[in-house]
Amino acid sequence: MQFDFATVLVFLLVGAGFVFIALFVGRFLRPNLPDPQKASVYECGERAIGSGWFNFNPRFYLMALVFIVFDVEVALTFPVAVVVRDWIARGDALVAVVEIALFLLVLAAALAYVWGKGHLDWVRDIEGPGDEE
Amino acid sequence: MNVVQHAADRFMRWAFSVDPATWPHAWIVYAGFILLAAVLAVGFVALFAGPVTWLERRVAGRIMSRIGPNRVGPQGVLQWLADGIKCFLKEDLVPEGADRTLFRIAPYFVFGGMFGAFVVLPFGVHLVAADLNVGLLYILAVTSLVVVGLLMAGWASNSKWALFGGVRSAAQLVSYEIPSAFSLMAVILFAGTMSMQGVVAAQGGWPWDWFLFRNPFLFAAFFLYFTAAIAEGNRTPFDLPEAESELVAGYNVEYSGMRYLFFMFAEWANLWIMSAVATVCFLGGWQIPGVSPAEVAAAEGLAFVGWQALSFLVFAAKASALILVVVQLRWTVPRLRIDQLMFTCWKYLVPLSFVCILGVLALMVVVREGGTVDMILRAALLIFGFWAVVEYARRIRRTYLADKALYERMEGKAMWYPPYRMP
Repeated sequence: MQFDFATVLVFLLVGAGFVFIALFVGRFLRPNLPDPQKASVYECGERAIGSGWFNFNPRFYLMALVFIVFDVEVALTFPVAVVVRDWIARGDALVAVVEIALFLLVLAAALAYVWGKGHLDWVRDIEGPGDEE
Repeated sequence: MNVVQHAADRFMRWAFSVDPATWPHAWIVYAGFILLAAVLAVGFVALFAGPVTWLERRVAGRIMSRIGPNRVGPQGVLQWLADGIKCFLKEDLVPEGADRTLFRIAPYFVFGGMFGAFVVLPFGVHLVAADLNVGLLYILAVTSLVVVGLLMAGWASNSKWALFGGVRSAAQLVSYEIPSAFSLMAVILFAGTMSMQGVVAAQGGWPWDWFLFRNPFLFAAFFLYFTAAIAEGNRTPFDLPEAESELVAGYNVEYSGMRYLFFMFAEWANLWIMSAVATVCFLGGWQIPGVSPAEVAAAEGLAFVGWQALSFLVFAAKASALILVVVQLRWTVPRLRIDQLMFTCWKYLVPLSFVCILGVLALMVVVREGGTVDMILRAALLIFGFWAVVEYARRIRRTYLADKALYERMEGKAMWYPPYRMP
């Protein structure tokens, strides 16, 4: 078990190391000729107007919240899903089905709620029902 | 038993005549063997991601009635090397006013998150770095690092295009993570294990033993997973984060040279990851038709190596077929709009994947495995799948012949050359 997770660690380190070595070796081979024109931000040939860090409408924010709910659910249900086959073989099929179905139905209700509120629409009307808060 | 550990143990007994369980320096040999496996995986990623860019550009050329790269090497097969060397020698620019630290470390997250998935991908009977018992969950978890990298790149560039691209890709990747996780959950329910090798072992070599044809809801889950995986890989029907025509390049617009290349690297390597996961979960993985895994495990010496190679070939053939489908999709399907993209995910794929899980669960309880109903369902699915493949090939042939006839009427000469004389 430790060996398996040591493998994961080594793989992540080797992945990062590969990027690092490629960039580090390249440093001695590539030119470095700084120029204010080159360092300017690309905005289709125009001079950039202001900074890129402005107040941005984070449409994805609510989706990210919904995502967290569902992703935690995935993390919780995967282990249950593994043992369902054993439960069915043991004759506890009803327990397994009801447990998972109940869990999923609560989530489906959450999805229906978010859907009904209009939070799943990327394009939203400012006065629309989705922007109460 | 971990395969790499097993090999290291055998090596220690053979080279140093020591017992690995009690030898205090065993960890050095273990670390060396894991490092070797990781370096082999890096090599595979590089040797896969490079040539597949050439392949895709040639296929794209064909589909768009142009030639594609054909100058570097015979048929242009070395184009990817030329591109790599060019990017390697390009200046590494960091735009004025960017967050330099975040800008520089973003490629590490993108590449690391992608490469981490290779730990558990089985290439053959024993060809896997570590068969984690949480394999599928691990893949979902580690590939999420890519989202962090993309968001980091988009934000740190201090460019409006990059910011739009980063935000879009974060929204897209997290959204499509849900249907792909749920369709994999259907597989886990059916297989009763999260380990990749365990999922493969639960299937068989022949198509009727694949999970794809074992259960109608798994059949549906395959298409859900495939759609979601294409979206997670930023491939064209869903490539909004880098939509060339509207966002110029999205999150990587300010990157140049090698740092830029790593984003592309991750994108192409991801093609292998998604095809490999789909192959493992639905298409029987490396299972060789007509050969049981026990037979392979019992083989010794040269026969053992032969079975390993054959299982790898079977796996690579299945994964490559999926990759070709993805490549073809990219050049035939138009891009969605961002609101349509979110709509597709949350209002179609997520509810459908719920239905898939409940359906798999219900059928597992109601239908006895190997019973008459089960056999009828499997036969029907197999016939349907076979028909779909034949129909797919027939349509491609029809389009090709129509195109060819049109070209010959217009130009008065043959459209396609023999493969060895292609322009």
